[in-house]
Amino acid sequence: MDFELSFEQQELVTALKRFVETELYPHEDLVERERGVPPDLAAEIKKKAIDNGFYAMNMPEELGGGGLDALTLSLAEKEIGKAGSGLGILIGRPTRILLACKDDQIEEYLMPSIRGERKNCFALTEPGAGSDARAITTRAVKDGDDFIVNGTKLYISAADISDFIILNTVSGVEETPRGPRKLFTTFLLDKNTPGVTVTPMLSICTHGYNPNTIYLEDVRIPKSKILGEEGKGFSIANEWLYAGRVMLSAHCVGRGERVMEMTADWAANRKAFGKAIGDFQGTGFKLADMATELRLADLMTLNCAWKMDQGTLTRQEASMCNVFASEMIFRLTDNAMQIFGGMSMMEDFPIQRYWRDARVERIWEGTSEIHRDIIARDILKPYRK
Amino acid sequence: MKVLVAVKRVIDYNVKIRVKADRTGVETANVKMSMNPFDEIGVEEALRLREAGKATEVIAVSLGAQQCQETIRTALAMGADRGILVQTDVELQPLAVAKLLKAVIDKEQPGLVILGKQAIDDDSNQTGQMLAALLGWSQGTFASKLAITDDGLEVTREVDGGLETVKLKTPAVITTDLRLNEPRYASLPNIMKAKKKPIDVIAPDALGVDPAPRLKVLKVEEPAKRQGGKKVASVQELVDKLQNEARVI
Ligand SMILES: Cc1cc2nc3c(=O)[nH]c(=O)nc-3n(C[C@H](O)[C@H](O)[C@H](O)COP(=O)(O)OP(=O)(O)OC[C@H]3O[C@@H](n4cnc5c(N)ncnc54)[C@H](O)[C@@H]3O)c2cc1C
Repeated sequence: MDFELSFEQQELVTALKRFVETELYPHEDLVERERGVPPDLAAEIKKKAIDNGFYAMNMPEELGGGGLDALTLSLAEKEIGKAGSGLGILIGRPTRILLACKDDQIEEYLMPSIRGERKNCFALTEPGAGSDARAITTRAVKDGDDFIVNGTKLYISAADISDFIILNTVSGVEETPRGPRKLFTTFLLDKNTPGVTVTPMLSICTHGYNPNTIYLEDVRIPKSKILGEEGKGFSIANEWLYAGRVMLSAHCVGRGERVMEMTADWAANRKAFGKAIGDFQGTGFKLADMATELRLADLMTLNCAWKMDQGTLTRQEASMCNVFASEMIFRLTDNAMQIFGGMSMMEDFPIQRYWRDARVERIWEGTSEIHRDIIARDILKPYRK
Repeated sequence: MKVLVAVKRVIDYNVKIRVKADRTGVETANVKMSMNPFDEIGVEEALRLREAGKATEVIAVSLGAQQCQETIRTALAMGADRGILVQTDVELQPLAVAKLLKAVIDKEQPGLVILGKQAIDDDSNQTGQMLAALLGWSQGTFASKLAITDDGLEVTREVDGGLETVKLKTPAVITTDLRLNEPRYASLPNIMKAKKKPIDVIAPDALGVDPAPRLKVLKVEEPAKRQGGKKVASVQELVDKLQNEARVI
C-alpha cells in the first residue's frame, strides 16, 4: 500500500497551508467578535482564492472547477478546516448537488457558483424534523406550472450570506403496499423571491458560518426550478451525503492538528512544581491519547476518501469516519482545555473557540447516535434470518 | 530576455535542525526539504518580470542530487517555464556551484540571472558574487528592488548604512534580499501543469566542470547553549561587570 502523497498533493497542501495561515488566521478574532466576516474582507479573500485556483476545487475541471479527486480534496479540506468556518467557506466549495442542474439552471445556478459569483445554502431541517429528515412538512403544492411553497426551515447555515436556497419540500404522497409514502422535491429558490424571510439565529459555534431560520409563506416557484426530478428529491442527496461526512472528518483532523501543536507547545513549556506540565503522567498520557486518536481519524479519513475515488465507499464506512472524527475532535479540544487550565476559559485566547466549534461536529451531518444507528444496522443486516 | 533563477533544495525553515551524532553534518534523513526562501523570492521576481513583458522565459536551475528535481518542480508550480538539473551526488560548495552555473549560462545565454543572497543551510553568501566574477558580468547583490530601464537595470541594495541604488548593464547577476517581494502561492492550475513542463538533466562532466569540494569540513557542532541572564542591582554594578567580567568596555 502506497501512503506517499504525489507531488501535486504536496504542493497543494503547502500552498493552501500558507494561504490559510496568511489570509485567514489573522482575521479569526475579528470574525469571532463580529460573528461574521466584514463584506469587503470576504470579497478580498474570495478573490484571492479564485485567483489562485483554490475556489471550487471540488468541481469538475470541464466546468471551470479544480477537478480534484476525493483524496486530494480531503487533504485540501484538512488545511481549510484549520481556520474558523466563517473564513474557510470563502475558499468556496459549492455543493456537488448542483451538478444535477439542467437546461437554464446550469447558467443560472451551477456556473456562477463555480465562478464564485453566487452562493447557496442547503435547507432540509425543520422545527419538527432533524434527524428524521423524512418528517419534513414544508409543502409544495402544484398551481399550474408553478408550485406554492409554505413551511419553515431551521438552522440553515449561511442562509444570511447566500443568494439562493437548495430547498427540500414535500410535494405529494404516493400509495405503496406498505402504506402512504411522502414524495420529496428539491427546488432552486432565489432568496429574494417574495415570501422568503431569512432571520439569523445566535449560535455558540462557528461564528461567521451562522445558522438561520427561513420562513416560506406562499412562495411561488416555477417548475423549471426543480433540481433533479419532481418527487425524487432525496435520491440526489446520497452521493453528496457521504462526501459531506468524509469532508467533515477532514476538517476535524485539520483542526485537531492545529490544536495539538498548540497544546504540545504549551505542555512542554508551562511549568508547575518545578517541571514542565507535560512531564506529569496525567498530562503526558492525555497528549499521547490525543495524538493517537488524531492519527487514527486521519487514516480513516484518507481511507474513506480513497474509497470514494474507487467508488467503493459504503454508508457504514462514511458514518464510522464521521462519528469517530467528530468525537475525536471533541475529546481532543476538551483535553486541550484541561491542559491549558484557566487560560483555556479566556475569550481572548482561541482554545475555547476550538472547543465550542468542535461541539457541533457531533450534531450536524448526522448526530453521533444516527451514525451509530446506521453502523449497527449495517452490521446486523447480513446476519438477520 | 531569458531569466535564469537558481533554486536550492534546503532543510525547510520550520524544521528544528539536529547535528548528526558523528558531527559530520546535520541530519537530513526524514527531514522536510523545501526551496531556499531567498530563491523563492528570486523565482517570484523572475515571474513578475515575465508578467510585465520584460522577460520571455523563466528557467529554474538546481544543482545536486536527483531529489533537487522536486525543488525545480516547485518553481515550475509557481509558474517557471522549464527546469535544468545539474545532477551530482558530490557535495557542492559555492565555487563549484558558480562554475557549474556559468557553464549552464554559457549555453542558455540569459539576460539576467537571479540567485538568493544566501541559502539558509550554509549561509555562505558567496555563489552570486563568484558567479558574476567568473562571467565578468555586473552584479547587484542584496536586492530589495529591481527595475528594468532602457539601458539596463536599477537595483536597490540593502547595505549596512541603509539603501544603495546602483545602475547595472545587462547581462547581470542579481541576488535577492528578503524585502524584494512576497512570493506567490503556487496556484492549483500551475501545480497541475508543473509535471508536464520539461526538466533537462545534465551531468557536471558534460559541462566540463570538476565539482569536487575545495574546502574540508572538520566538524559540525551545535551552538553553545545560551546562559541565563543575570540581574544587577544598579548601573554601577552593570558597568563594573561589563568592564571586569565581560570585558567588553
Ligand atoms: C450550527 C448548525 C448548522 C446547521 N446547518 C444546517 C443546514 O445548513 N441545513 C440543514 O438542513 N440543517 C442544518 N442543521 C441541522 C442539523 O442537521 C440537525 O440539527 C441535525 O440533523 C439534528 O437534528 P435535530 O437538531 O432536529 O435533533 P433531533 O433529530 O431532534 O435529535 C435530538 C437528539 O435525539 C437523538 N435521536 C434522534 N433520533 C434518534 C434515533 N433514531 N436513535 C437515537 N437517537 C436519536 C439525536 O441523536 C439527538 O441526540 C444545522 C444544525 C446546526 C446546529
